Amino acid sequence: MVNMAVNLGGFTMRSPVATASGTFGYGHEYRDIVDYSKLGAVTAKGVRMEPWPGNAMMRHAEVPGGLVNAIGLQGMGVKHFLERDMMIYSLVKNAPPVIVNIWGGSEDEYAQVAETLSTAGKPQIGALEMNVSCPNVKAGGHTFGQDPKVLFSVVSKVRAATRLPLIVKLAPNVPSIAPYVKACEDAGADALSLINTIPAMVIDIEKRVPVLGNRTGGLSGRCVHPVAVKVVYDAHKVSKLPILAMGGVYEAKDAIEFLLAGASAVAIGTATFSAPDTAAKVYDGISDYCERHGFESVGELTGALCES
Amino acid sequence: MKYNETAKVLENREFSAGYRYLTVEAPKQAAEMQPGQFVHIRVPTLETSALRRPFSVFDAQDGKVTVLYKEVGRGTAALSKVQPGETVEIQGPLGRGFPAKCDGVALLVGGGFGVAPLHFLAKRLPRSILFVGGRTKGDLLALDKFEALGVEMKVSTNDGSLGYKGFVVGPLDETINELRAKGEKFELFTCGPDGLLKAVTERALALKVPGWISVDRHMICGMGACFACIQKTVRGNSRCCIEGPVFKAEELVW
Repeated sequence: MVNMAVNLGGFTMRSPVATASGTFGYGHEYRDIVDYSKLGAVTAKGVRMEPWPGNAMMRHAEVPGGLVNAIGLQGMGVKHFLERDMMIYSLVKNAPPVIVNIWGGSEDEYAQVAETLSTAGKPQIGALEMNVSCPNVKAGGHTFGQDPKVLFSVVSKVRAATRLPLIVKLAPNVPSIAPYVKACEDAGADALSLINTIPAMVIDIEKRVPVLGNRTGGLSGRCVHPVAVKVVYDAHKVSKLPILAMGGVYEAKDAIEFLLAGASAVAIGTATFSAPDTAAKVYDGISDYCERHGFESVGELTGALCES
Repeated sequence: MKYNETAKVLENREFSAGYRYLTVEAPKQAAEMQPGQFVHIRVPTLETSALRRPFSVFDAQDGKVTVLYKEVGRGTAALSKVQPGETVEIQGPLGRGFPAKCDGVALLVGGGFGVAPLHFLAKRLPRSILFVGGRTKGDLLALDKFEALGVEMKVSTNDGSLGYKGFVVGPLDETINELRAKGEKFELFTCGPDGLLKAVTERALALKVPGWISVDRHMICGMGACFACIQKTVRGNSRCCIEGPVFKAEELVW
């Protein structure tokens, strides 16, 4: 029996496989058709203090090997999440802890939502994941995550507001991931999520208009996987922060690449839409791989790349 | 309860140019399916990472689920290549369907393949009249199936090639006026293009009769998880896949 448990910066996961934010609702929506017993965590869709309407339709476009989305973080706010979604989630069989993805329009709002979730007395909440790819209203709409100084500042504020394990989800579209990883480390983050979607655009050439209501969106799915593997590899080289890797995991092979590149756990995102049983299959495939290669614990795979 | 079943394809037959019936063996879903609900199908002839495609249910009985579809894009073109005997993955029953009862006559208003859920609904209701319109008679679908159910039909075409010449709301308004003159109760049920849905919504609100509007949107998850299939309602941006696809007329904001 392979030991499949992992530790993600103080957050214990019974399995190295989670779901990715935005692709699994608030954790309970798939309860009729997904077996949760092989999941180490589910990640809830981005939560902020107040309700937020999201973007205009169209909110997605299918592209070869992937999906471009511009949902726009629609949600009912943290109160609704705690009262309704967590109540339903508590009824899900074999449910793992929830990583709550959080966001805000200001540093203060990030801290406020982190504190609200941390003090809500909900045992299902196992960790927080910061989305730093949303616009900072005070800084003219630049995202929090695109300047290491701003990133350090917002992560520090959230760190001070919560004792829950704190994961920061970084964008891949930077010249080098190293200064962003360092900013998170210095600010006291416990782990990293890599990667967020890649900025993208799709045009309807007949109508000569952008397909998405928001004009641009984020690319996910099979096609982003090699990009994500490199970001994980680069981040692991410069930091000891544990990594939750996501981006195009459709089968165990994709997840194992992430682990070998330096990740401690993986999250299934867009693949769930076409195949809701992906997480369970990935779990089984990782376990088989460990047995075949003589690894007693999945943790031994992290960064176990043989490089000359 | 929602299910994800691997279902054997029993038929995938073109019954009119570009339009097909797909029938699969999906006993759990067939048993629980309500008119107006939909299924999400993974097309085996597309790449494995392709998104599923949502389809209104045309019929569900005896362990079988039938959808009616038109080849409009890459997904439906690939679906048309699936042979009987092969399998597809099918998720359902999904969404909120039409109510199971109707106070008075059910006026069913369909456009294009929007007649699909109305057919399943007509099977469950004691008395309904179908109003169906299209540009030309080739756009009018499944009339034989409605006829077999004994549903009264009011057909219209823009070019006059069959039935009333003009839009579907012409005969609808005539019937509404007749029913009102006789003091008979009725409710409105519709599925089709947004323009038609708006026209029926307006009538339901103006006449203060129940209006049940099935909204068709592109979808990703079909489960309420991704927030891609939005329709504006009095509650804000509502997800068609779980808060719909059938909305009450007074819920919708057009």
